[in-house]
Amino acid sequence: MYPPLPNPGTGPSAPKFGEKDLVRRSASTVTPPAQRQTQVAKLIDVSKCIGCKACQSACQEWNDLREEVGTNDGTYNNAHDLTPASLTVMRFTEWDNPETGNLEWLIRKDGCMHCEDPGCLKSCPAPGAIVQYSNGIVDFDHTKCIGCGYCVKGCPFNIPRISKVDNKAYKCTLCSDRVAVGQGPACQKACPTQAIVFGPKDDMKKWADGRIADLKSRGYKTAGLYDPQGVGGTHVMYVLQHADKPEIYAGLPNNPRISPVVELWKGLTKYTGLAVMGAVAAFGFVHHMIAGPNKVSAEDEANASKLAGGKS
Amino acid sequence: MSGNIDSGGRIHPGDPVVVDRYTPGARANHWVTAICLILLALSGLALFTPSLFFLTGLFGGGQTTRAIHPWIGVVLFLSFSGLFFRFWKLNLWKREDGEWIAHAGDLVAGHEERMPEVGKYNAGQKMVFWGMSLLIIVLIASGLTIWDEYFFAYTTIPTKRIAVLVHAISAVLIISVWIVHVYAAIWVRGTMGAMTKGQVTGGWAWRHHRKWLKDLVTADRQR
Amino acid sequence: MTEAKANHGAKLVVVDPRFTRSAALADYYCPIRPGTDIAFLGGVINYLLSNNKIHKDYVANYTNAAFIVREGFKFDPESGLFSGYNADKHSYDRSEWEYEIGPDGIAVLDREMTNPRSVMQLLKQHYSRYTPDLVSSVTGSPKDKFLKVCEYIASTANGERTATFMYALGWTQHTHGSQNIRTAAMIQLLLGNIGVPGGGINALRGHSNVQGYTDIGVMTHLIPGYLGMPNDKEVDFKTYLGNRNFKPLQPGQTSYWQNYNKFAVSFFKAMYGDKATPENGFGYDWFPKTERSYDHLAQFEDMHQGRINGYICQGYNPLWSTPNKNKVAEGLAKLKWLVSIDPLETETAKFWENHGEFNIAEPSKIKTEVFMLPVGCFAEEDGSLTNSNRAILWHEKGADMPGEAKGDAQVLAELFVRIRDLYKKDGGKAPDPILNTDWSYHDPKNPEAVELLKELNGRAISDLADATGKVTRPAGQQLSSFAELRDDGSTMAACWIYTGAYTSTGNITARRDNSDPSGKGVHPNWGFAWPANRRILYNRASADPQGKPWSQKKSYVYWDGAKWTGADVPDYGPTVAPDKNVGPFIMNPEGVSRLFARKFMAEGPFPEHYEPMESPLDNAFHAKTKNNPAVRMYKDDVAQLGTTKEFPFVGTTYRLTEHFHFWTKNVLINASLQPEQFVEISQELAKEKGITSGGWVRVWSKRGSIKAKAVVTKRIKPLMCGNTPVHVVGIPIHWGFVGVARKGFATNTLTPFVGDANSQAPEFKAFLVNIEPATGPVA
Repeated sequence: MYPPLPNPGTGPSAPKFGEKDLVRRSASTVTPPAQRQTQVAKLIDVSKCIGCKACQSACQEWNDLREEVGTNDGTYNNAHDLTPASLTVMRFTEWDNPETGNLEWLIRKDGCMHCEDPGCLKSCPAPGAIVQYSNGIVDFDHTKCIGCGYCVKGCPFNIPRISKVDNKAYKCTLCSDRVAVGQGPACQKACPTQAIVFGPKDDMKKWADGRIADLKSRGYKTAGLYDPQGVGGTHVMYVLQHADKPEIYAGLPNNPRISPVVELWKGLTKYTGLAVMGAVAAFGFVHHMIAGPNKVSAEDEANASKLAGGKS
Repeated sequence: MSGNIDSGGRIHPGDPVVVDRYTPGARANHWVTAICLILLALSGLALFTPSLFFLTGLFGGGQTTRAIHPWIGVVLFLSFSGLFFRFWKLNLWKREDGEWIAHAGDLVAGHEERMPEVGKYNAGQKMVFWGMSLLIIVLIASGLTIWDEYFFAYTTIPTKRIAVLVHAISAVLIISVWIVHVYAAIWVRGTMGAMTKGQVTGGWAWRHHRKWLKDLVTADRQR
Repeated sequence: MTEAKANHGAKLVVVDPRFTRSAALADYYCPIRPGTDIAFLGGVINYLLSNNKIHKDYVANYTNAAFIVREGFKFDPESGLFSGYNADKHSYDRSEWEYEIGPDGIAVLDREMTNPRSVMQLLKQHYSRYTPDLVSSVTGSPKDKFLKVCEYIASTANGERTATFMYALGWTQHTHGSQNIRTAAMIQLLLGNIGVPGGGINALRGHSNVQGYTDIGVMTHLIPGYLGMPNDKEVDFKTYLGNRNFKPLQPGQTSYWQNYNKFAVSFFKAMYGDKATPENGFGYDWFPKTERSYDHLAQFEDMHQGRINGYICQGYNPLWSTPNKNKVAEGLAKLKWLVSIDPLETETAKFWENHGEFNIAEPSKIKTEVFMLPVGCFAEEDGSLTNSNRAILWHEKGADMPGEAKGDAQVLAELFVRIRDLYKKDGGKAPDPILNTDWSYHDPKNPEAVELLKELNGRAISDLADATGKVTRPAGQQLSSFAELRDDGSTMAACWIYTGAYTSTGNITARRDNSDPSGKGVHPNWGFAWPANRRILYNRASADPQGKPWSQKKSYVYWDGAKWTGADVPDYGPTVAPDKNVGPFIMNPEGVSRLFARKFMAEGPFPEHYEPMESPLDNAFHAKTKNNPAVRMYKDDVAQLGTTKEFPFVGTTYRLTEHFHFWTKNVLINASLQPEQFVEISQELAKEKGITSGGWVRVWSKRGSIKAKAVVTKRIKPLMCGNTPVHVVGIPIHWGFVGVARKGFATNTLTPFVGDANSQAPEFKAFLVNIEPATGPVA
């Protein structure tokens, strides 16, 4: 068992990180903090997950959200997808392992991966609506969110959801409010099998090594850690029984990265676009300075008068 | 009626001669479109680059900017459609337009006398017209694709990513075209009257759109 | 379980008709046809015996394998019946299912276990019929998978490794449920896995306090502490005690029930206080006596026959949980009054409301008067919960009760006090039992939870002295151990096994010290585990006959030369030396455990495979006896059994992790996690019936019909039983017409009104249904 975090005291406690610990801030720049917080990570061990949805329940409770009472769609997936009220969902996949001939029921807890290089933050046009703390947590500031949905397009994992009620983007915060006072996320706290553990990212990687060794000893030759480097690594990681095929886990992207289209949009297009518009305006300005106005001469008027006068 | 004029053009003798260029309807239509375009450019630029995000203040903040931008786009699309159907015929490409383009350098250099005679619109204006038309179609299409409030479910996220890129590039282009359009109206003195009073002087017409003037005169005589 | 896997390299094997969420984490999964567990487990016994994969020293010394069985005991493989069967009464005369007793009153043994009448030889003979081929064709478990499971289990037939069996209602809710569990217990005994760390048979309880419920004897055949309910023939206290005072069957055995008198007298002292005297048999005459079983099925049969006037449901929703919902509803409509004491509005309390297809009722024709008495939930009261490992944990009230709700104890106490007042005022028939009941609580209308726990624990009524006359426990003081109980009326304890839970030092169940000095996961100062804070029962069996641990790794309780010591409280005389040959199973008169159950099981001393009452297949072991011959069925219910022709598929009901019974459909978050009723079927059955996943289906049995969404899944596959494919329809139970989840049907609409031959647990896990695509229900 990974040593659980002790319960907090009952008195108020000052947050352990905040504005001063920002390493990234959407649509704006920040002065990097002098001292970085310890990088944290949530490790989701798919091989220990029983799909009980206690994490979904705890998430709703802690964040004071209520998912609507939906329908059964022929699966165990409820809510059927991430929503502004379901910041995490279990995704159930029935997979026939071609090597063993056995059925495997792959149950993956989906939610924000807290990328080291967050595509949402890169896409966000509202200054400070998305921030990244030096401990790796990527958080949304709803007071600043404008609801444009750019984060949805920027995310390589299809995570943020825009609320129909307040038109703001919602996703897992890694319980930044809990982590700030030394607690683990609500989902981790609720998990009955320690399929979710939380702590310093280095510790999590070491913990994962032990789990992977256990899985390998049980015949899962390709067991491994999912910490995709295409997005600089993530602060939510998975232990997968079949790490060579993440896509069998309800479409977990194999080698995710911020879409080149998004990179182009937020990179070259922005700068070139401004340059082009500026250049065109400058050209007009300069031209006017040099060439002066194109005025109608008296001769032109006379010619017109002559042409028109012919009729009377 | 000759191929260079539309109805509503009249010549009013005097000193100088005054020529009707745009009807009140056309002018109103133009200005609605123009205001929309400016609002769209301002709100769009606010969302395009963080350095211009402050422009959202003009619209009452980020949320309203985000909410209002697509609706203005719809108004612009409808309004511009009006302009399109008013103007498209006289903006069809003609033989002299190629020649005009070939002499565009002369125009910029201040030798307009070397330019061929043109009708109501010169090749530059036509390019602005067609450029605007094309870009507005692209913008409305890509805009609807990323108007998540109502149309999120209809396309995939990869499609939306392409749409948002296309929307941004098209917006840059249309703003550039718009700058050209505005500059031309400023640089060529006497032009503004066409869209304010609806009239230009005969000399203006003689200088810039001689074929149009001649055709108007001919039409006037036939009347 | 996941911790055992992760930290101790445990292997998890799941045998289930469905590929469950547990199976998703298992090292090995084997499917099984619902209701064929004895065939499977009997096959395991055969595998262990025929491959010599048993823990021989353990079996020889700690089980009754060496005991000789009377000649009169027989099993006829042809008919599938044991000796003594009475076909008219559907029951056995069990008198011959016993040991051969010598002239000295001591059971005869053959230590070599070679005597053909020895339990070992009879066991071998009995299970030799359970060959892998036959097991596979009956259970539908592929033979290779069955044998692989056998291998896993057999790998623990030594002192080094241990297996534990975990089960829930999947084993109990059958007409042979008790025998399912017994078969597993027999396997554990053959492997030497009882009384050792990590061993045992573990019931995964469906409620947090089901263990407490049985401990306190809230069952119609028990009184607290597993003492027996008196019956009509036990005309006086002496007769009652005489029937329960087990003399040892081997010399020097503990046979702890010899102390029954002390437990029973202390109970009656708790019941009647000062009124209970040696002269009046401690008030035995005031205590109810039963002439037959009053289990829940018997009650609802009586109700359906119009023999019950009023009924009190406390935390009980029978309309949704007792078999054959339509029969239950008809019964409820014949009551004069119905009381529902519950934190929630239950379907039962609203049985008279019409909810369209979900609950068709005509309120104008129902005369039953219904009273709903709202009570708090467990977290709104002080109290204790007893875990299935017998650990009692105290908890304090976490929130106030809403509205007019009262505590359960308060509601009962107020009822009692009012009824007693009426008897005092008006007299009436047989007022003594009520008037003589001791009710000396601080507030008679609202006993505190602590008072109740103290009463269960017991105290000295007068000074207790030892043999030398020294007072060991002054009058009025709480007792520390049931060893202090007396049969002369000087002690009282309402539940002898709970003695030690609230001592003179305070509330032991409230202890929260999670230290683990032995490092074996014992945590001796966490709450209190009955009996005597023992964490593993029969832990003497963790050491060999000489008192040495079977293995150092599994060392637990052992003899240090002078006394028994180790990680736990020894379940044994603390200074009884190993050479005294006292068996570790101290509750049994024979001192050893029972592979042969003697006369204690209704349908035989060795579990035998019988098909569920509704089964698509004949009994491949003996065609003449298909079902459990000792099952009790009422006439009308026999007529309501379906045939394979009409109902070709096997239905099985179960719960989901997202919900708790019918409670959490009242909770928005749980409702959002599993919002709508569904049934699960294989892709093959879906194809055969034209059913699409996520579409509506109708499922019906001989007794009624429900509608639900279909979940078409790879996790349920047709089971090949010989050449016959058997399709399973999985039916989760959690929806109803009350609550915030989508409305749903009572799944007990489908289930037959029949229970286990011993416990009367209903057969919810295997019955016959049919299924077809349908349109959604109309509310």
